[in-house]
Amino acid sequence: MSYLYAAYIATWAIHVAYLGTLLRRYIRLRNEIAEFKGREER
Amino acid sequence: MKRVFPILAVLTAALLSYALYEALVVAPTELTMGDVQRIFYYHVPSAWTAFILFSINFVASVVYLIRRSNKADIVALVTAEVGVVFCTVVLVTGPIWARPVWGIWWTWDLRLTLTLVLWLIYVSYLVLRRFSSSGQTPLLAAVLAIFGALDVPLVYFSIWFFRTQHPQPVIGGGGFIDPLMLHVLLINWLAFSCFAALVCWSRYRLEVLQREVDETLALEALLEPRGSQTRTSQTWRAG
Repeated sequence: MSYLYAAYIATWAIHVAYLGTLLRRYIRLRNEIAEFKGREER
Repeated sequence: MKRVFPILAVLTAALLSYALYEALVVAPTELTMGDVQRIFYYHVPSAWTAFILFSINFVASVVYLIRRSNKADIVALVTAEVGVVFCTVVLVTGPIWARPVWGIWWTWDLRLTLTLVLWLIYVSYLVLRRFSSSGQTPLLAAVLAIFGALDVPLVYFSIWFFRTQHPQPVIGGGGFIDPLMLHVLLINWLAFSCFAALVCWSRYRLEVLQREVDETLALEALLEPRGSQTRTSQTWRAG
């Protein structure tokens, strides 16, 4: 039973880790856009 | 589109939860392997989803080579990235299933080795795209993707034509599966396919936005006077 749970947990750990990288990229991009807009206004 | 995405995300989460319930509770327990066989409901749909994503990557790469379409290039990148994630799941869940059933984590069996090679090809594809700054990168990546896609049918049919440690196909190829197990397998495949589509969609939007920002910054750097141009590129590197 522990192997079964390990496989299911590993699957979701991989997916969540990937979604985390996507979120991090999105936040970095949003900051870049905000920085760019700030420069434009100045 | 902004309103549709959260609705689809909630529906996909509900479908994944239902698929998990079906896999753990509804599916019958296999006689020889017992409960550990339920890894099948994550392992196989992940493999099928990865194969579909790599096939889309192949088509998008061919379209890019013919038309030099920016959209096709983004689709190729996105499907390769998400495909690698699903292929990683296959390569992780496989050994976890193999250990209690075969007594070993890994063997250099044809199916397993070809799957590892497939994963390595697409990881090298992503490394190429990430670290090459040449203008020819999309072209080189498209060619690599076409060669990489040749491994997909080899992986799929390896258990049909060769005697391997990996089990024979349960669907087609003379295999048999309990109808309820098949039902649970297909529900899990549907759930993972919807999840993959949603992740691809988010990643596609992110890539489009990233390219727009990069183009704008490059244009700004070109148009600015020389002194402030240096400042912009420094800010850009610091970011």
